[in-house]
Amino acid sequence: MSAQASVVVLGAGMHPWGKWGRPFLEYGLAAARAALRDADLSWPDVQYVVGADTIRNGYPGFVAGAAYAQALGWSGARVASCYAACASGAQAVDIARTRILAGLCDVALVVGADSTPKGFFRPVGGDRPDDPDWQRFRLLGATNPAYFALYARRRMSLHGTTPADFAAVKVKNALAGSLNPMARYREPVTAERVLSSPMVADPLRLMDICATSDGAAAVVLASESYARRRGVTRPVRLAAVSTVTPTFPHTTLDLPNFATDSSAAVPPPELPFRASIAHAAYEEAGLGPRDLSLAEVYDLSTALELDWMEDIGLCPPGEAEKLLRAGETALGGRVPVNPSGGLASFGEAIPAQAIAQLCELTTQLRGRAGPRQVPRARTGLAVNQGLFGHGSAVITTV
Amino acid sequence: MTFAIEGWFAIDGDDVRLLGTRCTTCGTVCFPPRRGFCPNPACEGTELVEHRLPRRGRVWSYTNACYPPPAPYVAAEPYEPVTLAAVALDEVGIVVLGQVSGLTVDELAVGMELELTSGPLADGPLVWMWGRPS
Ligand SMILES: [Zn+2]
Repeated sequence: MSAQASVVVLGAGMHPWGKWGRPFLEYGLAAARAALRDADLSWPDVQYVVGADTIRNGYPGFVAGAAYAQALGWSGARVASCYAACASGAQAVDIARTRILAGLCDVALVVGADSTPKGFFRPVGGDRPDDPDWQRFRLLGATNPAYFALYARRRMSLHGTTPADFAAVKVKNALAGSLNPMARYREPVTAERVLSSPMVADPLRLMDICATSDGAAAVVLASESYARRRGVTRPVRLAAVSTVTPTFPHTTLDLPNFATDSSAAVPPPELPFRASIAHAAYEEAGLGPRDLSLAEVYDLSTALELDWMEDIGLCPPGEAEKLLRAGETALGGRVPVNPSGGLASFGEAIPAQAIAQLCELTTQLRGRAGPRQVPRARTGLAVNQGLFGHGSAVITTV
Repeated sequence: MTFAIEGWFAIDGDDVRLLGTRCTTCGTVCFPPRRGFCPNPACEGTELVEHRLPRRGRVWSYTNACYPPPAPYVAAEPYEPVTLAAVALDEVGIVVLGQVSGLTVDELAVGMELELTSGPLADGPLVWMWGRPS
Protein backbone atom coordinates (compact mmCIF):
# COMPACT_ATOMS: atom_id res chain seq x y z
CA MET A 1 0.00 0.00 0.00
CA SER A 2 1.47 3.38 -0.92
CA ALA A 3 2.14 5.95 1.79
CA GLN A 4 -0.53 8.21 0.31
CA ALA A 5 -3.18 5.54 0.47
CA SER A 6 -2.50 4.26 3.95
CA VAL A 7 -4.58 4.85 7.04
CA VAL A 8 -2.85 5.79 10.28
CA VAL A 9 -3.71 5.71 13.95
CA LEU A 10 -3.65 9.35 14.97
CA GLY A 11 -4.82 8.80 18.52
CA ALA A 12 -5.49 6.01 20.99
CA GLY A 13 -7.33 6.17 24.30
CA MET A 14 -8.79 3.85 26.90
CA HIS A 15 -10.84 3.80 30.06
CA PRO A 16 -9.23 1.47 32.63
CA TRP A 17 -10.71 -2.05 32.71
CA GLY A 18 -12.43 -3.08 35.93
CA LYS A 19 -15.80 -3.91 37.37
CA TRP A 20 -17.01 -0.39 37.88
CA GLY A 21 -20.74 -0.99 37.52
CA ARG A 22 -21.44 2.17 35.55
CA PRO A 23 -23.11 2.65 32.12
CA PHE A 24 -20.96 1.70 29.14
CA LEU A 25 -21.41 5.15 27.61
CA GLU A 26 -19.49 6.72 30.45
CA TYR A 27 -16.46 4.53 29.73
CA GLY A 28 -16.77 5.00 25.97
CA LEU A 29 -16.89 8.74 26.34
CA ALA A 30 -13.76 8.77 28.50
CA ALA A 31 -11.89 6.59 25.98
CA ALA A 32 -13.09 8.73 23.03
CA ARG A 33 -11.98 11.93 24.70
CA ALA A 34 -8.61 10.38 25.57
CA ALA A 35 -8.12 9.29 21.94
CA LEU A 36 -9.07 12.76 20.66
CA ARG A 37 -6.64 14.40 23.11
CA ASP A 38 -3.95 11.97 22.01
CA ALA A 39 -4.64 12.92 18.39
CA ASP A 40 -4.67 16.61 19.31
CA LEU A 41 -8.12 16.96 17.74
CA SER A 42 -11.47 18.04 19.06
CA TRP A 43 -14.72 16.13 18.58
CA PRO A 44 -16.18 18.45 15.91
CA ASP A 45 -13.10 17.66 13.75
CA VAL A 46 -14.29 14.06 13.48
CA GLN A 47 -16.12 13.41 10.21
CA TYR A 48 -17.16 9.83 10.87
CA VAL A 49 -17.82 7.91 14.07
CA VAL A 50 -18.14 4.13 14.30
CA GLY A 51 -19.38 2.33 17.38
CA ALA A 52 -18.66 -1.31 18.18
CA ASP A 53 -21.93 -2.60 19.57
CA THR A 54 -22.28 -3.55 23.19
CA ILE A 55 -23.79 -7.00 23.40
CA ARG A 56 -25.08 -9.71 25.65
CA ASN A 57 -23.69 -12.91 24.21
CA GLY A 58 -24.42 -12.38 20.61
CA TYR A 59 -27.05 -9.69 20.30
CA PRO A 60 -26.72 -6.00 19.54
CA GLY A 61 -27.72 -4.43 22.81
CA PHE A 62 -27.50 -0.75 22.04
CA VAL A 63 -27.15 1.52 19.05
CA ALA A 64 -23.53 2.20 19.87
CA GLY A 65 -22.35 4.61 17.16
CA ALA A 66 -25.18 7.07 17.61
CA ALA A 67 -25.13 6.65 21.37
CA TYR A 68 -21.49 7.79 21.48
CA ALA A 69 -22.20 10.62 19.04
CA GLN A 70 -25.00 11.87 21.26
CA ALA A 71 -22.89 11.54 24.39
CA LEU A 72 -20.08 13.53 22.77
CA GLY A 73 -22.65 16.08 21.55
CA TRP A 74 -24.48 15.84 18.22
CA SER A 75 -22.03 17.21 15.67
CA GLY A 76 -23.59 16.10 12.40
CA ALA A 77 -20.83 13.54 11.81
CA ARG A 78 -21.63 10.50 9.73
CA VAL A 79 -22.15 7.43 11.85
CA ALA A 80 -22.09 3.63 11.75
CA SER A 81 -22.46 0.78 14.22
CA CYS A 82 -21.42 -2.79 13.94
CA TYR A 83 -21.71 -6.06 15.78
CA ALA A 84 -19.24 -8.90 15.30
CA ALA A 85 -18.90 -10.46 18.78
CA CYS A 86 -15.24 -10.30 19.89
CA ALA A 87 -14.29 -8.85 16.50
CA SER A 88 -16.74 -5.92 16.78
CA GLY A 89 -13.97 -3.44 17.45
CA ALA A 90 -11.83 -4.63 14.55
CA GLN A 91 -14.77 -4.53 12.15
CA ALA A 92 -15.53 -1.01 13.35
CA VAL A 93 -11.90 -0.10 12.63
CA ASP A 94 -12.19 -1.71 9.21
CA ILE A 95 -15.37 0.22 8.38
CA ALA A 96 -13.68 3.51 9.31
CA ARG A 97 -10.48 2.57 7.48
CA THR A 98 -12.37 1.66 4.33
CA ARG A 99 -14.25 4.96 4.29
CA ILE A 100 -10.97 6.84 4.65
CA LEU A 101 -9.34 4.74 1.90
CA ALA A 102 -12.31 5.46 -0.34
CA GLY A 103 -11.61 9.16 0.10
CA LEU A 104 -15.01 9.77 1.68
CA CYS A 105 -13.50 11.20 4.87
CA ASP A 106 -10.12 12.09 6.34
CA VAL A 107 -10.61 11.46 10.02
CA ALA A 108 -12.75 8.98 11.94
CA LEU A 109 -13.32 8.00 15.55
CA VAL A 110 -13.88 4.36 16.53
CA VAL A 111 -15.25 3.56 20.00
CA GLY A 112 -16.06 0.35 21.86
CA ALA A 113 -17.18 0.00 25.47
CA ASP A 114 -18.96 -2.49 27.70
CA SER A 115 -20.46 -2.98 31.13
CA THR A 116 -20.67 -6.67 31.98
CA PRO A 117 -22.83 -8.55 34.43
CA LYS A 118 -21.28 -10.74 37.13
CA GLY A 119 -20.38 -14.37 36.46
CA PHE A 120 -20.64 -16.44 33.27
CA PHE A 121 -21.83 -14.76 30.12
CA ARG A 122 -25.34 -16.04 29.54
CA PRO A 123 -27.77 -15.74 26.65
CA VAL A 124 -30.27 -12.90 26.40
CA GLY A 125 -33.26 -13.52 28.70
CA GLY A 126 -36.52 -15.17 27.70
CA ASP A 127 -37.26 -18.51 26.02
CA ARG A 128 -35.82 -18.68 22.51
CA PRO A 129 -35.81 -22.37 21.61
CA ASP A 130 -34.71 -21.70 18.02
CA ASP A 131 -31.57 -19.76 19.05
CA PRO A 132 -28.40 -21.90 19.29
CA ASP A 133 -26.94 -19.57 21.91
CA TRP A 134 -29.98 -20.23 24.12
CA GLN A 135 -30.14 -23.92 23.25
CA ARG A 136 -26.56 -24.72 24.24
CA PHE A 137 -27.25 -23.50 27.76
CA ARG A 138 -30.68 -25.11 27.99
CA LEU A 139 -29.78 -28.53 26.56
CA LEU A 140 -26.16 -28.95 27.62
CA GLY A 141 -25.22 -26.30 30.17
CA ALA A 142 -22.36 -25.48 27.80
CA THR A 143 -20.86 -22.18 28.96
CA ASN A 144 -18.09 -20.31 27.13
CA PRO A 145 -15.39 -21.78 29.44
CA ALA A 146 -16.66 -25.27 28.52
CA TYR A 147 -15.60 -24.66 24.92
CA PHE A 148 -12.24 -23.19 26.01
CA ALA A 149 -11.74 -26.29 28.15
CA LEU A 150 -12.47 -28.62 25.22
CA TYR A 151 -9.68 -26.92 23.24
CA ALA A 152 -7.35 -27.07 26.25
CA ARG A 153 -7.92 -30.79 26.83
CA ARG A 154 -7.52 -31.48 23.12
CA ARG A 155 -4.20 -29.62 23.19
CA MET A 156 -3.01 -31.62 26.20
CA SER A 157 -3.83 -34.82 24.38
CA LEU A 158 -2.25 -33.84 21.05
CA HIS A 159 0.87 -32.05 22.29
CA GLY A 160 1.42 -33.16 25.87
CA THR A 161 0.76 -29.67 27.25
CA THR A 162 0.47 -29.65 31.05
CA PRO A 163 -1.47 -27.53 33.54
CA ALA A 164 1.92 -26.09 34.52
CA ASP A 165 2.30 -24.77 30.96
CA PHE A 166 -1.12 -23.12 31.20
CA ALA A 167 -0.13 -21.59 34.53
CA ALA A 168 3.09 -20.27 32.99
CA VAL A 169 1.02 -18.32 30.46
CA LYS A 170 -0.92 -16.69 33.29
CA VAL A 171 2.25 -15.87 35.23
CA LYS A 172 3.76 -14.25 32.13
CA ASN A 173 0.65 -12.23 31.29
CA ALA A 174 0.02 -11.16 34.90
CA LEU A 175 3.57 -9.82 35.09
CA ALA A 176 3.04 -7.76 31.91
CA GLY A 177 -0.38 -6.62 33.16
CA SER A 178 1.15 -5.45 36.44
CA LEU A 179 3.00 -2.85 34.34
CA ASN A 180 -0.12 -1.62 32.53
CA PRO A 181 -2.19 1.13 34.19
CA MET A 182 -5.22 0.22 32.02
CA ALA A 183 -5.33 -3.42 33.17
CA ARG A 184 -7.90 -4.63 35.68
CA TYR A 185 -5.60 -7.14 37.42
CA ARG A 186 -2.27 -5.57 38.26
CA GLU A 187 -0.77 -8.08 40.61
CA PRO A 188 1.89 -10.60 39.60
CA VAL A 189 0.83 -14.20 40.35
CA THR A 190 2.72 -17.42 40.98
CA ALA A 191 2.19 -20.70 39.17
CA GLU A 192 1.26 -22.27 42.50
CA ARG A 193 -1.59 -19.81 42.90
CA VAL A 194 -2.91 -20.55 39.42
CA LEU A 195 -2.65 -24.30 39.98
CA SER A 196 -4.48 -24.10 43.29
CA SER A 197 -7.30 -21.86 42.05
CA PRO A 198 -10.66 -23.66 41.83
CA MET A 199 -11.33 -25.92 38.85
CA VAL A 200 -14.05 -24.36 36.65
CA ALA A 201 -14.11 -26.48 33.50
CA ASP A 202 -11.59 -29.29 33.68
CA PRO A 203 -8.67 -28.84 32.87
CA LEU A 204 -9.09 -25.07 33.22
CA ARG A 205 -9.04 -23.37 36.61
CA LEU A 206 -10.43 -20.00 37.58
CA MET A 207 -7.11 -18.27 36.92
CA ASP A 208 -6.79 -19.89 33.47
CA ILE A 209 -9.99 -18.25 32.27
CA CYS A 210 -10.46 -14.60 31.43
CA ALA A 211 -12.97 -12.61 33.46
CA THR A 212 -15.73 -10.40 32.11
CA SER A 213 -14.92 -6.73 32.58
CA ASP A 214 -16.08 -3.18 32.13
CA GLY A 215 -13.85 -1.08 29.93
CA ALA A 216 -13.55 1.07 26.83
CA ALA A 217 -11.11 1.82 24.07
CA ALA A 218 -11.10 4.26 21.17
CA VAL A 219 -8.88 5.19 18.27
CA VAL A 220 -8.78 8.15 15.92
CA LEU A 221 -7.95 7.03 12.39
CA ALA A 222 -6.91 9.35 9.60
CA SER A 223 -5.55 9.36 6.09
CA GLU A 224 -1.79 9.61 6.02
CA SER A 225 -1.96 12.91 4.15
CA TYR A 226 -4.22 14.34 6.88
CA ALA A 227 -1.72 13.14 9.49
CA ARG A 228 1.15 14.77 7.65
CA ARG A 229 -0.78 18.04 7.43
CA ARG A 230 -1.12 17.79 11.21
CA GLY A 231 2.65 17.45 11.49
CA VAL A 232 2.78 13.73 12.31
CA THR A 233 6.03 12.44 10.82
CA ARG A 234 6.26 8.82 11.97
CA PRO A 235 2.67 7.58 12.14
CA VAL A 236 1.55 4.10 13.11
CA ARG A 237 0.03 2.64 9.93
CA LEU A 238 -2.77 0.12 9.63
CA ALA A 239 -1.04 -2.33 7.30
CA ALA A 240 -3.91 -4.85 7.31
CA VAL A 241 -7.30 -5.58 8.83
CA SER A 242 -8.59 -9.10 8.24
CA THR A 243 -12.16 -10.04 9.12
CA VAL A 244 -12.56 -13.27 7.15
CA THR A 245 -15.30 -15.81 7.88
CA PRO A 246 -14.50 -19.49 8.29
CA THR A 247 -14.25 -21.56 5.12
CA PHE A 248 -16.56 -24.56 4.71
CA PRO A 249 -16.25 -27.07 6.21
CA HIS A 250 -15.38 -25.37 9.51
CA THR A 251 -14.20 -28.43 11.39
CA THR A 252 -13.42 -26.91 14.80
CA LEU A 253 -16.27 -27.05 17.32
CA ASP A 254 -16.99 -23.37 17.77
CA LEU A 255 -19.12 -21.34 20.15
CA PRO A 256 -22.10 -21.56 20.35
CA ASN A 257 -22.44 -24.61 18.07
CA PHE A 258 -23.48 -28.16 18.90
CA ALA A 259 -21.43 -29.68 16.11
CA THR A 260 -18.83 -28.94 13.46
CA ASP A 261 -19.49 -28.76 9.76
CA SER A 262 -19.18 -32.13 8.07
CA SER A 263 -16.00 -32.94 6.17
CA ALA A 264 -17.64 -35.99 4.58
CA ALA A 265 -18.33 -34.43 1.18
CA VAL A 266 -15.80 -31.56 1.09
CA PRO A 267 -12.32 -31.87 2.64
CA PRO A 268 -11.37 -29.34 5.35
CA PRO A 269 -9.64 -26.16 4.12
CA GLU A 270 -5.86 -26.00 4.23
CA LEU A 271 -5.93 -23.49 7.09
CA PRO A 272 -8.31 -23.80 10.03
CA PHE A 273 -10.31 -20.70 10.93
CA ARG A 274 -7.99 -19.00 13.42
CA ALA A 275 -4.94 -19.49 11.22
CA SER A 276 -6.87 -18.20 8.18
CA ILE A 277 -7.71 -14.96 10.01
CA ALA A 278 -4.01 -14.21 10.58
CA HIS A 279 -3.00 -15.48 7.14
CA ALA A 280 -5.33 -13.02 5.39
CA ALA A 281 -3.80 -10.15 7.35
CA TYR A 282 -0.24 -11.24 6.51
CA GLU A 283 -1.17 -11.44 2.82
CA GLU A 284 -2.71 -7.99 2.87
CA ALA A 285 0.27 -6.44 4.65
CA GLY A 286 2.85 -8.34 2.60
CA LEU A 287 4.41 -9.45 5.89
CA GLY A 288 4.87 -12.70 7.75
CA PRO A 289 5.29 -14.01 11.28
CA ARG A 290 9.05 -13.40 11.22
CA ASP A 291 8.43 -9.68 10.81
CA LEU A 292 6.54 -9.37 14.09
CA SER A 293 8.00 -7.40 16.99
CA LEU A 294 5.06 -8.37 19.19
CA ALA A 295 1.61 -9.94 19.09
CA GLU A 296 -1.60 -9.40 21.03
CA VAL A 297 -3.60 -12.64 20.92
CA TYR A 298 -7.03 -13.43 22.34
CA ASP A 299 -6.22 -15.40 25.47
CA LEU A 300 -9.78 -16.21 26.52
CA SER A 301 -7.95 -18.98 28.33
CA THR A 302 -4.28 -19.55 29.05
CA ALA A 303 -4.41 -22.62 26.81
CA LEU A 304 -5.81 -20.65 23.91
CA GLU A 305 -2.77 -18.35 23.90
CA LEU A 306 -0.65 -21.39 23.03
CA ASP A 307 -3.02 -22.31 20.18
CA TRP A 308 -2.92 -18.76 18.87
CA MET A 309 0.90 -18.68 18.86
CA GLU A 310 0.80 -21.52 16.37
CA ASP A 311 -2.15 -20.09 14.44
CA ILE A 312 -0.27 -16.84 13.80
CA GLY A 313 2.79 -18.80 12.71
CA LEU A 314 5.21 -18.06 15.54
CA CYS A 315 6.01 -21.77 15.60
CA PRO A 316 4.76 -25.08 14.18
CA PRO A 317 1.85 -26.85 15.93
CA GLY A 318 2.90 -28.37 19.23
CA GLU A 319 5.89 -26.10 19.80
CA ALA A 320 4.27 -23.15 21.57
CA GLU A 321 5.22 -24.55 24.98
CA LYS A 322 8.86 -24.59 23.95
CA LEU A 323 8.78 -20.87 23.08
CA LEU A 324 6.89 -20.10 26.25
CA ARG A 325 9.29 -22.03 28.48
CA ALA A 326 12.29 -20.38 26.78
CA GLY A 327 10.83 -16.98 27.65
CA GLU A 328 10.64 -15.96 24.00
CA THR A 329 7.07 -14.67 24.35
CA ALA A 330 7.66 -12.82 27.63
CA LEU A 331 8.62 -9.16 27.89
CA GLY A 332 12.30 -9.10 26.97
CA GLY A 333 11.89 -12.19 24.78
CA ARG A 334 12.26 -12.45 21.01
CA VAL A 335 8.58 -11.80 20.24
CA PRO A 336 6.52 -10.82 23.27
CA VAL A 337 2.96 -12.15 23.19
CA ASN A 338 0.38 -10.07 25.04
CA PRO A 339 2.78 -7.40 26.30
CA SER A 340 -0.37 -5.54 27.42
CA GLY A 341 -1.09 -8.35 29.88
CA GLY A 342 -3.74 -9.77 27.57
CA LEU A 343 -7.23 -10.82 28.55
CA ALA A 344 -5.62 -12.51 31.56
CA SER A 345 -4.97 -9.04 33.00
CA PHE A 346 -7.88 -7.17 31.45
CA GLY A 347 -10.83 -9.52 31.41
CA GLU A 348 -13.02 -9.22 28.36
CA ALA A 349 -15.03 -6.10 27.55
CA ILE A 350 -16.19 -7.53 24.25
CA PRO A 351 -16.79 -4.59 21.89
CA ALA A 352 -13.80 -2.70 23.32
CA GLN A 353 -11.31 -5.54 23.30
CA ALA A 354 -10.12 -5.52 19.68
CA ILE A 355 -9.77 -1.73 19.86
CA ALA A 356 -7.79 -2.10 23.09
CA GLN A 357 -5.49 -4.51 21.27
CA LEU A 358 -4.94 -1.85 18.60
CA CYS A 359 -4.27 0.74 21.33
CA GLU A 360 -1.52 -1.53 22.69
CA LEU A 361 0.04 -1.98 19.23
CA THR A 362 -0.04 1.78 18.75
CA THR A 363 1.50 2.51 22.14
CA GLN A 364 4.24 -0.06 21.57
CA LEU A 365 5.04 1.10 18.04
CA ARG A 366 5.27 4.70 19.25
CA GLY A 367 7.71 3.55 21.93
CA ARG A 368 5.50 4.87 24.71
CA ALA A 369 4.76 1.66 26.60
CA GLY A 370 7.03 2.51 29.52
CA PRO A 371 8.19 -0.47 31.61
CA ARG A 372 6.49 -2.96 29.25
CA GLN A 373 7.99 -1.44 26.11
CA VAL A 374 9.11 -3.94 23.47
CA PRO A 375 12.47 -2.61 22.23
CA ARG A 376 12.55 -1.41 18.62
CA ALA A 377 8.92 -2.42 18.02
CA ARG A 378 8.17 -1.92 14.32
CA THR A 379 5.43 -4.42 13.44
CA GLY A 380 2.59 -5.64 15.61
CA LEU A 381 -0.22 -8.13 15.10
CA ALA A 382 -3.47 -8.36 17.08
CA VAL A 383 -5.87 -11.28 16.62
CA ASN A 384 -9.15 -12.41 18.12
CA GLN A 385 -12.01 -14.81 17.61
CA GLY A 386 -15.50 -14.83 19.03
CA LEU A 387 -18.96 -16.27 18.62
CA PHE A 388 -20.80 -16.97 15.39
CA GLY A 389 -17.77 -17.21 13.10
CA HIS A 390 -16.40 -13.75 13.84
CA GLY A 391 -12.71 -13.06 14.11
CA SER A 392 -10.16 -10.46 13.13
CA ALA A 393 -6.51 -9.69 12.71
CA VAL A 394 -4.93 -6.25 12.58
CA ILE A 395 -1.33 -5.53 11.58
CA THR A 396 0.31 -2.18 12.31
CA THR A 397 3.70 -0.92 11.21
CA VAL A 398 5.90 2.14 11.64
CA MET B 1 -41.36 -39.32 26.99
CA THR B 2 -40.80 -35.59 26.74
CA PHE B 3 -37.84 -34.50 24.63
CA ALA B 4 -35.97 -31.33 25.56
CA ILE B 5 -35.90 -30.59 21.85
CA GLU B 6 -38.01 -32.10 19.08
CA GLY B 7 -36.52 -33.63 15.95
CA TRP B 8 -32.86 -33.70 17.00
CA PHE B 9 -32.74 -37.29 18.25
CA ALA B 10 -34.90 -40.40 18.29
CA ILE B 11 -35.28 -43.23 20.76
CA ASP B 12 -36.32 -46.72 19.59
CA GLY B 13 -36.03 -49.03 22.58
CA ASP B 14 -32.31 -49.10 23.44
CA ASP B 15 -31.31 -47.47 20.18
CA VAL B 16 -30.76 -43.71 20.44
CA ARG B 17 -29.82 -41.81 17.30
CA LEU B 18 -29.02 -38.21 16.46
CA LEU B 19 -31.16 -37.02 13.56
CA GLY B 20 -29.06 -35.10 11.09
CA THR B 21 -29.77 -34.16 7.52
CA ARG B 22 -27.96 -35.10 4.31
CA CYS B 23 -27.89 -33.06 1.12
CA THR B 24 -29.02 -35.28 -1.75
CA THR B 25 -26.85 -33.27 -4.18
CA CYS B 26 -23.41 -33.29 -2.53
CA GLY B 27 -23.78 -35.62 0.45
CA THR B 28 -22.94 -33.03 3.10
CA VAL B 29 -24.33 -34.09 6.47
CA CYS B 30 -25.52 -31.62 9.11
CA PHE B 31 -26.33 -31.73 12.77
CA PRO B 32 -28.53 -30.20 14.14
CA PRO B 33 -30.92 -31.03 11.29
CA ARG B 34 -31.19 -28.25 8.76
CA ARG B 35 -33.87 -27.05 6.39
CA GLY B 36 -33.60 -25.01 3.22
CA PHE B 37 -30.16 -24.80 1.64
CA CYS B 38 -27.09 -27.00 1.82
CA PRO B 39 -24.30 -25.26 3.80
CA ASN B 40 -21.68 -26.28 1.23
CA PRO B 41 -21.03 -22.98 -0.63
CA ALA B 42 -20.27 -24.88 -3.85
CA CYS B 43 -23.56 -26.78 -3.76
CA GLU B 44 -26.95 -25.61 -4.98
CA GLY B 45 -28.73 -28.44 -3.22
CA THR B 46 -32.03 -27.72 -1.52
CA GLU B 47 -33.18 -31.24 -0.74
CA LEU B 48 -31.98 -32.12 2.74
CA VAL B 49 -33.22 -35.51 3.91
CA GLU B 50 -33.13 -37.02 7.39
CA HIS B 51 -29.92 -38.87 8.11
CA ARG B 52 -29.44 -40.91 11.27
CA LEU B 53 -25.90 -40.31 12.52
CA PRO B 54 -23.72 -43.26 13.51
CA ARG B 55 -24.29 -44.18 17.11
CA ARG B 56 -20.65 -44.63 18.11
CA GLY B 57 -17.72 -42.26 17.87
CA ARG B 58 -14.45 -41.33 19.50
CA VAL B 59 -13.89 -38.58 22.04
CA TRP B 60 -12.42 -35.49 20.37
CA SER B 61 -12.27 -33.72 23.72
CA TYR B 62 -14.13 -33.45 27.01
CA THR B 63 -14.65 -31.24 30.05
CA ASN B 64 -17.07 -30.60 32.88
CA ALA B 65 -18.92 -27.76 34.55
CA CYS B 66 -17.72 -27.59 38.15
CA TYR B 67 -20.21 -24.79 38.89
CA PRO B 68 -23.90 -24.85 37.97
CA PRO B 69 -24.35 -23.37 34.47
CA PRO B 70 -26.63 -20.30 34.36
CA ALA B 71 -30.26 -20.30 33.16
CA PRO B 72 -31.82 -21.43 30.92
CA TYR B 73 -29.95 -24.51 32.19
CA VAL B 74 -31.78 -26.09 35.10
CA ALA B 75 -29.17 -27.39 37.53
CA ALA B 76 -29.85 -30.37 39.78
CA GLU B 77 -29.86 -29.79 43.54
CA PRO B 78 -27.56 -30.77 45.05
CA TYR B 79 -25.43 -29.97 42.03
CA GLU B 80 -23.22 -32.65 40.49
CA PRO B 81 -20.73 -31.45 37.84
CA VAL B 82 -22.11 -31.89 34.34
CA THR B 83 -19.66 -33.76 32.09
CA LEU B 84 -19.48 -32.80 28.41
CA ALA B 85 -17.84 -34.62 25.52
CA ALA B 86 -17.28 -33.66 21.91
CA VAL B 87 -17.39 -36.89 19.95
CA ALA B 88 -16.03 -37.37 16.43
CA LEU B 89 -18.28 -39.39 14.13
CA ASP B 90 -15.75 -40.20 11.41
CA GLU B 91 -18.17 -41.76 8.90
CA VAL B 92 -19.98 -38.44 8.56
CA GLY B 93 -17.02 -36.17 9.37
CA ILE B 94 -18.73 -34.37 12.25
CA VAL B 95 -17.90 -33.67 15.89
CA VAL B 96 -21.01 -33.51 18.12
CA LEU B 97 -21.14 -32.08 21.64
CA GLY B 98 -23.28 -33.69 24.30
CA GLN B 99 -23.57 -34.28 28.00
CA VAL B 100 -21.99 -37.49 29.22
CA SER B 101 -24.04 -39.99 31.17
CA GLY B 102 -22.45 -42.06 33.93
CA LEU B 103 -18.82 -41.01 33.40
CA THR B 104 -16.75 -38.28 35.02
CA VAL B 105 -13.80 -36.46 33.44
CA ASP B 106 -11.46 -38.79 35.32
CA GLU B 107 -12.92 -41.75 33.42
CA LEU B 108 -12.70 -40.14 29.98
CA ALA B 109 -9.81 -39.91 27.53
CA VAL B 110 -9.37 -38.39 24.09
CA GLY B 111 -9.85 -41.13 21.50
CA MET B 112 -12.04 -43.30 23.74
CA GLU B 113 -15.13 -44.83 22.13
CA LEU B 114 -18.52 -43.61 23.34
CA GLU B 115 -22.04 -44.50 22.31
CA LEU B 116 -25.15 -42.36 22.10
CA THR B 117 -27.73 -42.74 24.79
CA SER B 118 -30.22 -40.39 26.39
CA GLY B 119 -30.94 -39.10 29.84
CA PRO B 120 -33.09 -36.59 31.66
CA LEU B 121 -32.26 -32.97 32.40
CA ALA B 122 -32.82 -31.97 36.04
CA ASP B 123 -36.35 -30.77 35.27
CA GLY B 124 -37.32 -33.94 33.42
CA PRO B 125 -37.15 -33.73 29.62
CA LEU B 126 -34.79 -36.05 27.79
CA VAL B 127 -31.69 -34.99 25.93
CA TRP B 128 -29.11 -36.99 23.95
CA MET B 129 -26.07 -38.01 25.96
CA TRP B 130 -22.81 -39.81 25.33
CA GLY B 131 -22.21 -42.93 27.40
CA ARG B 132 -20.10 -46.04 27.77
CA PRO B 133 -20.67 -48.41 24.82
CA SER B 134 -23.15 -51.13 25.70
ZN1 LIG C 1 -25.04 -30.02 -0.86
